[in-house]
Amino acid sequence: MKKYMKGKSCEDHCVLQHSNRICVITLAETHPVLRKGSKIKSINYRISDGCSRLNNKVSGKSKRGGQFLTEFAPLCRITCTDNVEYTIFSCIRGRLLEVNEDIIMSPDLLLEKPSTEGYIAVILPKLEESKRVTNSLLTREQYEEVVSKRTTQQPQPC
Amino acid sequence: MLSLKEKDRPIVRKLLDAGCCARCVLRFCCVGKYASYQNSCQDINKELLAFLSQADSGQSHDASGQDQADNPPCKKMKLESVRAGEEASAEPPALEAQPDAQPATCVTCLGVLQDFCHQSFVTQVCEVVKKGGYQFDSLLLAVSLPAQLSVREHSCWLHIKKELREKSMCVDKEDVVQVKDAFKWAIQALVGRELGASMLFNSAFEVSIGFTHAETDGDCHFLATACSDCFKPAKNKASVFTRMAVVKALEKISDEEFLRQYPCPPARPATKCTPLETTCLHSSVFIAGRYNKFSRELPQTPWVIDGERRMEGSVEELIAAPLLSSFRADAFNFSSSGREDVDVRTLGNGRPFAMELVNPHRVRHTKAEVRQLQETINASSDKIRVRDLQIVTREAMGRMKEGEEEKTKSYSALIWTKKAITKADLDVIGNIKELKIDQKTPLRVLHRRPLAVRQRTIHSMSASYLDTHHFTLLLRTQAGTYIKEFVHGDFGRTKPNLGGLMETEADILELDVESVDVDWPPAVPE
Repeated sequence: MKKYMKGKSCEDHCVLQHSNRICVITLAETHPVLRKGSKIKSINYRISDGCSRLNNKVSGKSKRGGQFLTEFAPLCRITCTDNVEYTIFSCIRGRLLEVNEDIIMSPDLLLEKPSTEGYIAVILPKLEESKRVTNSLLTREQYEEVVSKRTTQQPQPC
Repeated sequence: MLSLKEKDRPIVRKLLDAGCCARCVLRFCCVGKYASYQNSCQDINKELLAFLSQADSGQSHDASGQDQADNPPCKKMKLESVRAGEEASAEPPALEAQPDAQPATCVTCLGVLQDFCHQSFVTQVCEVVKKGGYQFDSLLLAVSLPAQLSVREHSCWLHIKKELREKSMCVDKEDVVQVKDAFKWAIQALVGRELGASMLFNSAFEVSIGFTHAETDGDCHFLATACSDCFKPAKNKASVFTRMAVVKALEKISDEEFLRQYPCPPARPATKCTPLETTCLHSSVFIAGRYNKFSRELPQTPWVIDGERRMEGSVEELIAAPLLSSFRADAFNFSSSGREDVDVRTLGNGRPFAMELVNPHRVRHTKAEVRQLQETINASSDKIRVRDLQIVTREAMGRMKEGEEEKTKSYSALIWTKKAITKADLDVIGNIKELKIDQKTPLRVLHRRPLAVRQRTIHSMSASYLDTHHFTLLLRTQAGTYIKEFVHGDFGRTKPNLGGLMETEADILELDVESVDVDWPPAVPE
């Protein structure tokens, strides 16, 4: 699986894209939730009164019924023990297939294994949009460049 | 000879007047003797006219019929003019008493039972069959006629229905001989003789003769408005007026409604039917066996993305090539009891498979010839091996698919672990029996499979130490278990998984199928 990263005001997400175009949204290692050292108090997939990602249901091969997301659609909100809340975003356009419910009960999974068992969500972009998705993200090298610029420009990380 | 009765007379008269050909008249009189249809149109016509003239003369005559001087003019037979081939009809509505001259096209069969029941058409058909180069001892004729023939048949039926009721004859529309059957009765013996084959209703070799008649295609259209619920446009069909739909509509429509919308008897056509190209089809032959796959770079079926071949060759193509050529088949359908990935080998006894060979031109193969085909396949590539190759029936395919769902499989895998391991770490694996796991659809197939959770059982496992980060794992599992995902956990979506059980990250480096536990097909002694 190739890795492409996307930064959003330092709240970096990492999108793992399979050759079959399925994408897994995870937190990049520079995301504040992973860097801060404080524990996670709660993870909430209920992003508004009318919408909970937990209600997402897909059926059939074409995954009918999955919520269609745009890049800035919120997936969940993570509240750390210092009461700071972070919104995790979709990063790509596509149909939401599943969210990781394991991290609700075991938020440590997200802290300890953010790139595997602590994943946030699985999204399936449209066949036509798949390449555009790839191009909209940063490669590992580009990401590392962005990160290194950050630390040189600002004395403190975000 | 014709076995017509007194009561048939008005029917014969009415139908001949309406423009039916001789054979169609026999059909409506429910004549069921094949031989009656095998005589020439002229001869049958002669007998019909003779039969009619018997009534007027009031005397009984032998079947060949003689001219009667005191016949009323409209029923007078013009045998002399028949022989001379001149126009002979006296006054309208005249009987068609000049069989030698081009008779008008029949209003019911549109010429199918007039111009296509003689030797020269049969020879034409047999030429096509012979050119096909098929091997066959028997054949069956499949005849397809334009849908409007049912409409015209219905019209003629209504035309004589009144006569039937008056004579209180209990004749149902079903008793009338179908055009298809009369046609087959007329030409079967000729076809069989010319091709040296017997005509069997359950033959594996089918010869299809079709006809079209563009001129009267519009005859069916009124049914669409009269019985609109019978006609649903289906995407695959060119016309919505399929034979089945037309027949159904004719069953539903009332006699009054039909007579309002369609002439009774039917209008006389200007042209006769045109025959379509004769086609042949031999029913499929099924070959089964077991295959081994020794390459980690060979897909089971061709790997094509966006029209581009991603990897050369495939198991099915390697097996199919010699079979297609020896059976001279047009195409094949490959199926097997489960599948393995490109990079997975299939060892042991191999995986059961069955191949359907479509439209085989050559069918008969001795056991020795089949064994020879097996050798040819095995010699063609060292990437696969085939055993127990044999011809099976279509039903056999079901047995193989049952293996896919129900039977167990066993595997061996080369495992890598992140943490350093000792032999002791592996002992715990050997003790695990009947482990139930829940597998969400693996991400690597999620793009083409529905999202679901499958519960599967790992029946038993054993491990052999290789080094601090590698060991060989043997497992026997329920059919349908994703082995790779059981090892690495697939983002935690397969639980429990091997990595979790060993409290480390684990990955699978190589996988082999050791056995597919299906006891079909039966072993063929070498």
